[in-house]
Amino acid sequence: MNTRQLALKIRKHAVLMTNRGKSSHVASVLSMADILAVLYGQVLQKRPKEPSWSERDRFILSKGHAGAGVYAALAETSYFPVDWLQCHCGQGSRLCGHVSHLGIPGVELSTGSLGHGLSVGAGMAYAAKVDQKNFRVFVLLSDGECDEGSNWEAILFAAHHRLANLIAIVDYNKIQSLGPVSETLALEPFAAKWQSFGWQVKEVDGHDHGQLAASLDIQSEIGSAPTCVIAHTVKGKGVSFMENTVLWHYRSPQGEEFEAALTELEDQIIA
Amino acid sequence: MRDTFVQALMDIARQDQRVMLLTGDLGFGVLTPFAEAFPNQYLNVGVAEQNMTGVATGLALEGKIVFTYSIGNFPTLRCLEQIRNDVCYHNANVKIVCIGGGFCYGPLGISHHATEDLAIMRVLPHMKVMAPGDLAETRLITRLSYANPGPCYLRLGRGGEAMIHQNDLKSPLGRAIPLVPKGDVALLSTGGILGNAVEAREMLERRGISVSLYSLPFLQPLDAELIQDLAQTSRLMVTIEEHSIIGGLGGAVAEVLAEQPGLKAPLIRIGLREGFSCEVGDQEFLRKIYGLSPEAIVQRVQDFLNLGKREVKIYGL
Repeated sequence: MNTRQLALKIRKHAVLMTNRGKSSHVASVLSMADILAVLYGQVLQKRPKEPSWSERDRFILSKGHAGAGVYAALAETSYFPVDWLQCHCGQGSRLCGHVSHLGIPGVELSTGSLGHGLSVGAGMAYAAKVDQKNFRVFVLLSDGECDEGSNWEAILFAAHHRLANLIAIVDYNKIQSLGPVSETLALEPFAAKWQSFGWQVKEVDGHDHGQLAASLDIQSEIGSAPTCVIAHTVKGKGVSFMENTVLWHYRSPQGEEFEAALTELEDQIIA
Repeated sequence: MRDTFVQALMDIARQDQRVMLLTGDLGFGVLTPFAEAFPNQYLNVGVAEQNMTGVATGLALEGKIVFTYSIGNFPTLRCLEQIRNDVCYHNANVKIVCIGGGFCYGPLGISHHATEDLAIMRVLPHMKVMAPGDLAETRLITRLSYANPGPCYLRLGRGGEAMIHQNDLKSPLGRAIPLVPKGDVALLSTGGILGNAVEAREMLERRGISVSLYSLPFLQPLDAELIQDLAQTSRLMVTIEEHSIIGGLGGAVAEVLAEQPGLKAPLIRIGLREGFSCEVGDQEFLRKIYGLSPEAIVQRVQDFLNLGKREVKIYGL
């Protein structure tokens, strides 16, 4: 399976899971599906049958509300059976809406409240540095999440300690919980902010797998600055009527909308 | 207590390189010996407690045993959600150290009074809560927090606490420490107020009242067996803490008693009863103001016994 096929599978799972679970955040998963696919399909050093392998790259989903995407990526890369995805947010389900590590192989950190992942990732990266281990730590944040002040504490910390093995990725789809980022709490000039805090910044098309792989699959020189990849994305990417709307941050795909979303994804045949 | 803690931690860090000490830019002079002896195990993360707690979690998930250090409410309330979601939910090996439980930083004002911390830490799943009564207990809980994996909260005094126990302690986690094991009235104390409890007991004895005294450095796990036993064998139980009477030692003991019908002894909780501790003064002054001086403790006990029943004046309410 190539990364584009994996991305499509993640998108289909997201629609199916949020339909069955009558749950929210489908557009948040669609937005980051390509990032996850490039990470799990190509970039991350991993051993799905040995999820605690000490040399593995660590991945933290800090925007925990899009947990369905991580579950789908883990299932499709053999961490656990794809069948597990059948029951998401249901009564007694293994999988809850915001990503949780308990009983789920491959989940490094449970999140759900925003602004937690980058600090924990920085701690892991610091440990790797002092223990002279080569693994990398990837943390995926949402743009709205960058409103949380705790992230900026972590951004200061990672730059100060030159955590070259830490890569923050921002899923910059420009829409947050109640409206456009620019009208809620403007982040721009966003790249300049990270740069001024001492990070290396790369801006990429967050749906272009070539650009994503080139920016993410890096092994920075020890002692150099941490890296931030600002991935410009489209919220709801891949399902036309979900794209660039606040509504699908919350709405669960049901009935005709569910059928239409699935049909649209089924039509995206990838070689 | 803070110097004793640092010394005890240095003894541990010397043996185990996994031990790390993180500070939120506090501990001037106090942490210098540790920082100089173990530069690779020490990290000042700056004035950023949320990040400190998250970083501590990340380090712990990579195998470190991490102590986070700050004063008053900063290492707890400022970063409570990081403690709950990151440290506790992942059962991460993070030990949260508060210097200045209660009124230690008296004149600095309510921002620096840690008077709800025990209640808030005690309710968190997986969290072990420890408040030593003297320097020997400080050494004990430092060792036990290191030896027991998972989250711990260590609530310490600032300095100048008495040496009450004459010898090093070997108590296991969760066990109360008897100072005087027999008496009609049972005094149960947690944290640095123990010295006042000792004095209060002596004053009561001089008035002809037989009093037992226990220090409870562990609020979680709590020595419920002892509490049930004392409730059967004592005439009155009294909890003493430099903390709100809600949710701390008094609350914890009340919870045990409430689930055991038919117990004999009534309970009075001595601590901060309501509102903020907004009077200005040093620790001793504030203890007097808020009814925690030895004399005030004696008075509460005496009043209750004189009435001879539960219809006692409800203080401060």
